[in-house]
Amino acid sequence: MNEKLARIFVIVLLLGGSIAIGISWWSDQVDVITLHARMPEEGGWTPADLTIEAGQPLHLHLTSDDVIHSFAIGQSDQPAVDIKPGEMTKLTLTFDQPGTYTFYCTRWCGANHWRMRGTIIVTGEEVEQADESPLYLELGLDIDAVHEAQVVPDEKPSVQRGKETFAQFPILNAQTYQSLDYYRSHSPEQVWQEMRGDEMLTSHTDQQLWDAVAFIWQSNTTPEALLEAEELYAENCAACHGVSGAGDGVFSGEQVPVTGESHDSQTGHEIVHATDFTDPYHILSTSPAASQGKLIRGGMGTGMPMWGVISTEEQTWSLVSYLYSFQFEEAQ
Amino acid sequence: MNLLHIPLIKALLKNRWPQFTIIVIALAGFILAILSGFFGTPVGSRNFGIIFVWIAWWAILMLVAVPFFGRGWCGICPIPAPGEWIQRGAMLGPRGQAKGATLSKSKGLGRRWPKRFRNIWLQNGSFLLVALFSTVILTQPRVTAIVLVAFLFVAVGASLIFERRAFCRYLCPVGGFIGLYSQLAPVEVRVVDTAVCKSHTEKTCYTGNDDGYGCPWDVFPPGMVKNTYCGTCMECLRTCPHDNIAINIRAIGTDLSVERNRKLDEAYKAFIMLGAAAVYSAVLLGPWGTLKLAAYSVGTLPWMAYATSFLTLILLALPGIFWLMVWFGKRLSDASQPTKKLFISQAYALIPLGLTAWIAFSLSFVFANFSYVLVALSDPFGWGWDLIGTAGIGWTPWLTNLTPFLQVGVLVGGFIWAAITSSKIASEKLDAARAARLSTPVIGFCLVFTLTLMGLLIA
Repeated sequence: MNEKLARIFVIVLLLGGSIAIGISWWSDQVDVITLHARMPEEGGWTPADLTIEAGQPLHLHLTSDDVIHSFAIGQSDQPAVDIKPGEMTKLTLTFDQPGTYTFYCTRWCGANHWRMRGTIIVTGEEVEQADESPLYLELGLDIDAVHEAQVVPDEKPSVQRGKETFAQFPILNAQTYQSLDYYRSHSPEQVWQEMRGDEMLTSHTDQQLWDAVAFIWQSNTTPEALLEAEELYAENCAACHGVSGAGDGVFSGEQVPVTGESHDSQTGHEIVHATDFTDPYHILSTSPAASQGKLIRGGMGTGMPMWGVISTEEQTWSLVSYLYSFQFEEAQ
Repeated sequence: MNLLHIPLIKALLKNRWPQFTIIVIALAGFILAILSGFFGTPVGSRNFGIIFVWIAWWAILMLVAVPFFGRGWCGICPIPAPGEWIQRGAMLGPRGQAKGATLSKSKGLGRRWPKRFRNIWLQNGSFLLVALFSTVILTQPRVTAIVLVAFLFVAVGASLIFERRAFCRYLCPVGGFIGLYSQLAPVEVRVVDTAVCKSHTEKTCYTGNDDGYGCPWDVFPPGMVKNTYCGTCMECLRTCPHDNIAINIRAIGTDLSVERNRKLDEAYKAFIMLGAAAVYSAVLLGPWGTLKLAAYSVGTLPWMAYATSFLTLILLALPGIFWLMVWFGKRLSDASQPTKKLFISQAYALIPLGLTAWIAFSLSFVFANFSYVLVALSDPFGWGWDLIGTAGIGWTPWLTNLTPFLQVGVLVGGFIWAAITSSKIASEKLDAARAARLSTPVIGFCLVFTLTLMGLLIA
């Protein structure tokens, strides 16, 4: 009798316990997707591709298997959600519009943090939208071409001084140089060269014209946009490009292209350093359209990720403006 | 004082149910640790397996069970239970079986453990094997689960092939040091009167009878003078027809004064434990990232260098230096005993030093990380459960201000205890003055070790 009781006790406790755990686990899985976050070297998001019907709630259980990550959806107002190691964060999303959305990590979780992306395919009847090409494609720019400014200013151009100089420009010339289309399609060096060749502006010194360029760049953005861009830069760019823009971020030099362009016989990868935005020869010869192109398309094998699926167009232009601020002395 | 004079204690220990219930609950916890290792979060700080095995169980073992109850843990350990149940063909015990069954007869092959391995050298080896991979085992739930499953399989296998608890006695990596340190415990299981045993021709404490099994630890209770190999399973209490078993409260460290059965394998165990405490303190608690990385990168060249250094320190350097100290002591005291014999006997002074070193080491992280236990209880798999409402508790280190003082106290206490033990052992064959000369270099060794560990743990 005692032995039978002992066996029942063991069976109830061990088998019953195991079954209870299994049932609890199973009931947790109904209509819920458990999304595991790991450093990209360890697999990134699992699963990385999710599908849901438009209008239907997507129940997510987010957990990290290593370090702190964060879950955010590109081009969305959905606030980023922190995912802590070993903890389960519950999140429900509903997508009204069919399409492909990108979710990504906003925490600097490792050298390959930016690779940590996944997609949510929202099915349903898609509303046709006008397909607008990015400006660099409209302009036919080769954004991968090597370029270097032939002329650079002796000292950092000043927006404040440029404003004063610009006020002296003939109105017609000023309107041309300050227009949005002109600004976006020309590099600072190109604008300076055109000013230098402008017969109406021969009385101005080289530095005064550089100051005027700085003012043109400043006047094509707003302090609010620059503030937002500063945050975006700190969140997404500074890890590689550095807080000062000098390309000296903590992960600079640790980026490796995914495939091709191999010059290293041992690793099959070459180290690609992040662009130095404080280098006038590089940035002053880059047009805003080309910068926007690099941002939305990415660096194609250089380690520079594509932000087109993450940032809105407005955010991208704000970031472009912010990148040039490393070259110009802002107005006080 | 014989605790069995208290009727309640005697009743609880003689009855098979209390012990059986605790073992089954511990087994459930053990299985949960395995399941959470395989299916739970790989984040160690949120996984039941890691937290319960390496923080909760370890804390109970090193801070309570071993110092106060010696092999008390072995009496309720779940690891050998499944193998033992198969071996015996019963879970609870004799009363439920057909009367008249030869209870000590194994249902497995029932072989005797090979004579050449009737020592703890294999346990020394199994501990070192686990210790070499400890950084990975202690931090990765899946690896912990694999190790626990391996323990279970080896224990079951040993029960099927050999008689009694061969795994516990000769293989268990933990059992080896528990046995060594159980010599310090303030409790002991002994016979009340050996004369009674002499007249008891059936020796049921060793062979078993209708009331219980023959000693699962292959110990002959009337001949027991140390705690080392008594698993406190209480079978002798149940099988003795003359009520001749006692559980005595005694002075701590009593077994160290017993001259009989001092052996090289046990002496080496003392070195292994001493060295491992120092290496763990450096690797797991020290500020040296390169060392941590090397210990963690199993299979790489840096890890091999780490493993080689670890084994060299523990198996050669520490015993070598100690041998030199003993040799100096022998020269100073002009002792006539062979150096090897002095080396072995003096190594028993390292037992209190080792236990206090492990207590001090454990204090470093047990209280600091104990809040994880509440979280793991509520959400053992890291699946987002909140069974007892404590899953959301953040990491809250406890007693961190007090810990260094406790550690210093424990280490100083251990050093004094070791010094006294060394002197006592030396005095067994020498007069006081010569004994002091013999033990002085050994005490110097203990002092240097204590200061080193103090530096590693506190400075």
